[in-house]
Amino acid sequence: MSEKVLMKGNEAIAEAAIRCGCRHYFGYPITPQTEIAAYMSKRMPKIDGTFLQAESEIAAINMVYGCAATGRRAMTSSSSPGISLKAEGMSYLAGADLPALIVNVQRGGPGLGGIQPSQSDYFFMTRGPGHGDFHIIVLAPATVQEMADMTRLAFELGEKYRMPAMLLADGTMGQMMEPVVLPEDTVDPATIPATKPWATTGTEMKRAHNIVNSLYLKPDELEKTNYERFARYAKLEAEECRWEEYLMDDAEVCVVSVGITARVAKNAIVAARKEGIKVGMIRPITLFPFPKAALAKAAAKVKGFLTVELNMGQMNEDVKLAINCAKPVNMCNRVGGMIPSADEVLAAIRKEAK
Amino acid sequence: MAIVFQKPKSLTDVPYHYCPGCTHGIVHRLVAEAIDALGIEGKTIGIAPVGCSVMAYDYFKCDMIEASHGRAPAVATGVKRALPDHVVFTYQGDGDLASIGLCETVSTACRGENVTIIFINNAIYGMTGGQMAPTSLIGQVTQTSPYGRDPKTQGMPIRICELLATLDAPAYLERVAVNSVAHVRQAKKAIHKAFQNQVEGKGFSLVEVISTCPTNWGLTPEKACQFVEEKMIPFYPLGCFKDKENGK
Ligand SMILES: Cc1ncc(C[n+]2csc(CCOP(=O)(O)OP(=O)(O)O)c2C)c(N)n1
Ligand code: SF4
Ligand SMILES: [Mg+2]
Repeated sequence: MSEKVLMKGNEAIAEAAIRCGCRHYFGYPITPQTEIAAYMSKRMPKIDGTFLQAESEIAAINMVYGCAATGRRAMTSSSSPGISLKAEGMSYLAGADLPALIVNVQRGGPGLGGIQPSQSDYFFMTRGPGHGDFHIIVLAPATVQEMADMTRLAFELGEKYRMPAMLLADGTMGQMMEPVVLPEDTVDPATIPATKPWATTGTEMKRAHNIVNSLYLKPDELEKTNYERFARYAKLEAEECRWEEYLMDDAEVCVVSVGITARVAKNAIVAARKEGIKVGMIRPITLFPFPKAALAKAAAKVKGFLTVELNMGQMNEDVKLAINCAKPVNMCNRVGGMIPSADEVLAAIRKEAK
Repeated sequence: MAIVFQKPKSLTDVPYHYCPGCTHGIVHRLVAEAIDALGIEGKTIGIAPVGCSVMAYDYFKCDMIEASHGRAPAVATGVKRALPDHVVFTYQGDGDLASIGLCETVSTACRGENVTIIFINNAIYGMTGGQMAPTSLIGQVTQTSPYGRDPKTQGMPIRICELLATLDAPAYLERVAVNSVAHVRQAKKAIHKAFQNQVEGKGFSLVEVISTCPTNWGLTPEKACQFVEEKMIPFYPLGCFKDKENGK
């Protein structure tokens, strides 16, 4: 097994990606995720990999598109304003059914916003991260360990379902240092393209040409690709939903939170339990697909839900949808880079328990 | 009977969708001839743009990728970094390369990326029905310059080869035309060289081809070729703007 090391979340993503056979990173600097680029710029040249600082986020995601078309594990990373620029590329990746890893270490917005942590790209990433009817896989880590583990998961699920996959972290996750056991370095990058018969690696005059494309001028054909894609999403939802339950057995109040706020909420839950309040938490790990069934199941038992988030109530809507508004879904939130304290969350839990 | 003329091997049998007299077809042929002559079809990956040549992926027998509007050089970069021993080319129009994708064009040239770019300058947005392009001539009437391109409000046409020639990194920049047999011959040489450079690892090569769009210019194919001679070439002089290996 790999040894335990102390690492920043951003660096854990970078090292984990390398250990998963990623040899191509394309990015553009932006706080609070630049450590990923810095790490890659140091490591990639030593392992015959590519680190390329692109001229923009648009160029970076299109380099990923080209590289992914050759069947390689390719990645880019950015933070909210840069992700806006990648929307076009994410749509084309989805339209061409190309797997690739995109990391979004979110900061406050809109516009230039700020550089402090946020979860305000939740809608953007889970609803429609670009034009057209499509989704990307969205994973929400809450520890540095998960930053590393989900990097591998993102590559694997992306390839299995031929979808772009995103690590959606908040700025705290990127900047925080924690002990982490990195994945074993067992993936030989050279073996990956062979598993992708659709890849544009040159015909070698041995097969008909492969075409990576998202253009379908005949509406019936385009319609078919949309349905086919959504059938894959349904399978993804049936088989790959992930979430963590914390003290839910007897819970009357269910906190729903991801990333840094889930950690703050855990502290508040421990304090509330000491006061005798029966409160637990469901922490969605996959945001697309959203663990609707787990929430619906909880809705049958609890009196109400409390989302704790760094936005104006974006995941709150998903919870309401998941439980079909069967129970009240309230919210404890801070925005703009502010993070609620455990006391703030505790106060909200007390209110909820009344 | 001896074969004296045939379709290049690296073109498929799919009939072109181009308008009669459009020179996109001639340039496709020249690209395919270069691929054939160098024997590189099996290890070539082409990038199609957004523009009239968007479906170039159906015409070339090599592996093909369709890029978003203007991003072909970035896509080519991603492919080339993954497959450095392969041959990667983009085929782009003027709206694609000189307007929406100008940043990618200049940056890819600046990195000296070892790829080949075929740039079709027809001074118009062909596919969308004839709007003004960054390369439209002064006074040129288009759908979005109905009174003729006015430099005061619509700026001056952009000369891509001259612009890129100010950079140190590119290996080869040449402007050619395909409006006469003599020009086609020269274009063939330039395109061949742009591919050969890549095979030999010489770096970024771009050939700008002054092309025609009879449909949106509102001219017959013959008159369109005349327009190239009389209006386009005087503003866009043909020739080599950079050839590093020959000290230019
Ligand atoms: C992002 C985006 N903007 C606009 C368009 C619409 N569009 C399609 S082709 C084109 C212009 C292409 O002109 P050019 O590159 O000169 O190629 P030509 O058709 O003349 O060969 C435009 C604006 C698009 N497809 N995508
Ligand atoms: S619209 Fe113009 S550029 Fe497009 S195919 Fe027709 S003639 Fe050629
Ligand atoms: Mg054009």
